[in-house]
Amino acid sequence: MASSEMTTIDLSAAMITQAPPLADWLVVAPLVLCMVLGAVLLMVRKDTQIQPVIAIPGLVALVLVDAALLAHVWMNGTVTMTMGRWLPPFGISFTVDILGALLTLTGGIAALAGGIFGAGDVNDSGRRYGFYPFLFLMMVGVSGAFLTGDIFNLYVWFEVLLISSFGLLILGSERGQIDGATKYAFLNLVATTLFLIATGYLYGIFGTLNMADIALKAQTMDDKAPMVTLVSMYLLAFGMKAAAFPANFWLPASYHTPRVVVSALFGGLLTKVGVYALIRVLLMLFPAERDLLGWVIALIAAATMVLGAMGALAQTDVRRMLGYLVISGIGVMLAGIALASPAGVAATVFYAVHSMIVMTALYLASGMAARASGSFSIAEPGGIYQSHVVLAGITLALFFAVSGLPPFSGFWPKALMVKASLDVGAWWLAAAILLTGFLTTIAVGRVWLLAYWRPAPAPPEETSMGGNGAAVTQPPALSPLLDFLPLVMLTALVVLIGVFPQKLIELSQIASEQLLNPAEYIKSVFPTGGLQ
Amino acid sequence: MTLLVGIFFAVAIYLFLSQHIIRMLLGAAVLGNAVNLLIFTSGRLTLEIPPILTGYETTTGMLTANPLPQALILTAIVISFSFFAFLLVLSYRAYQELGTDDTDEMRFAEPENQDLPPLGY
Repeated sequence: MASSEMTTIDLSAAMITQAPPLADWLVVAPLVLCMVLGAVLLMVRKDTQIQPVIAIPGLVALVLVDAALLAHVWMNGTVTMTMGRWLPPFGISFTVDILGALLTLTGGIAALAGGIFGAGDVNDSGRRYGFYPFLFLMMVGVSGAFLTGDIFNLYVWFEVLLISSFGLLILGSERGQIDGATKYAFLNLVATTLFLIATGYLYGIFGTLNMADIALKAQTMDDKAPMVTLVSMYLLAFGMKAAAFPANFWLPASYHTPRVVVSALFGGLLTKVGVYALIRVLLMLFPAERDLLGWVIALIAAATMVLGAMGALAQTDVRRMLGYLVISGIGVMLAGIALASPAGVAATVFYAVHSMIVMTALYLASGMAARASGSFSIAEPGGIYQSHVVLAGITLALFFAVSGLPPFSGFWPKALMVKASLDVGAWWLAAAILLTGFLTTIAVGRVWLLAYWRPAPAPPEETSMGGNGAAVTQPPALSPLLDFLPLVMLTALVVLIGVFPQKLIELSQIASEQLLNPAEYIKSVFPTGGLQ
Repeated sequence: MTLLVGIFFAVAIYLFLSQHIIRMLLGAAVLGNAVNLLIFTSGRLTLEIPPILTGYETTTGMLTANPLPQALILTAIVISFSFFAFLLVLSYRAYQELGTDDTDEMRFAEPENQDLPPLGY
């Protein structure tokens, strides 16, 4: 820097000369907050009592910051902040539009629920091995992926969240966990490597990694063959991450093994990052190539949702059934990417928000039900309706939400998606969505009947032990604060979105317009029109 | 260079198709290097001067080598190395705990012949 001051060159041609306005710092605030708290929690990891005391207010702060960011983006349009003073495309940009801010906020809410639930669910040994630090570092990765405007940076955030998710997955080191984690780790390694290969090719073709710059240059690219190859590779890489049909086998193999709160966070957050990356790359960066591959994506979407629902029907373990429901939801989101109409993309965004909340809540509810009845299997009658009527009621509401019945949050995005598919004449896609809803209803309805409604058999000890029988059948206590608070919070959101969907529909529509017409995104990164 | 990348990928994919975790680990190591070389070539291989400004000139006035792929590869090396280290430990634990490194025999998370869900109420 010293030498450049002595010359008379104009620094503003290549560098940012003024610090960004204070409100724009919100763009990096979620990351900084999570990273600092993750580091602090790592330092106090031996002190298991103090961890939740730091972590839960930290997660509340994260939700507030995310909400402020969403409000800022909503009022002022897309915000860009570029690192290291170099002007884009040379500096790494963080660019936040409505989609990124909305998903970050939802992710923050899911993490908060997981953090509170974890205070009651994760034991001392789990905390000593770093449940909370990993949770925060995973949130660094998730938020970073949603906020970044640079495709190589996206790869780095993927790796950050992946490494932290490994740590969370093997918390407890049980045999099933190590088995599940091995498959999860190898398949995700292949997926991120594919992502990196595609990014290497992308750099070879465009000579830039900034998303806005790529979107600009892709419009003028005539050579279709390398572009379609590139987009197919991204589709495969992110499809693997999102657990889309031919590459979905790692998810049911691993998601039921860790602690239930970890499953909740994974089911709520990780696959949606894959969907987000698909939305960003396919819809915003390479719309022309996506049109060529539209029918492939539509087939994948239909297969993912129907096979996911069928897989859910065949499961005895509630957690494995939820894993298949996550996959089935991914299929519905992919349907919107396949349609690529404004209504379809808006429905995808809406469904992503709904799915993040509902899947987290469902895993938490299944964990509580298992604690109440002693088993995750639906073959053993739980009698939860008798012992915990509130939990049974909340779970029923969540089951309705996940199968897309009104008045819960799952109804609106599915209705919008069916309408969007019929609008473009894709009747078979609409049929697949409806069939999925039907199969999901059967699957979750059966779980509720068998594990919740069916009364628990009287334990044999009761007759022999006489008067002491009441103590035996006493259901295990569920803490109202640590267990019910996150669940009630998420369920309240589900009902709220279901009853008052207008604001979220409006937000999703803005997000979809910004994606399909990235002019605002590009203008935010290159205020003067870019280096052409 | 292109041929080398191709050979690396072929070896890595062959190793990944194996049933044994240890071969898959070797495959992961080779795959990481294959990708690094791929990024290196996609930044164009040229015999130019290094992109370093010395003294007071503002441009070098001639073509310089592309420094960006090296930054990308450095990041990728760090990440793939940490990944590999984690996988190594995980596989070792898996071998200790599960008593096998054959992926076909790893059925602890998804046992074979699981019961079907009850068909009646």
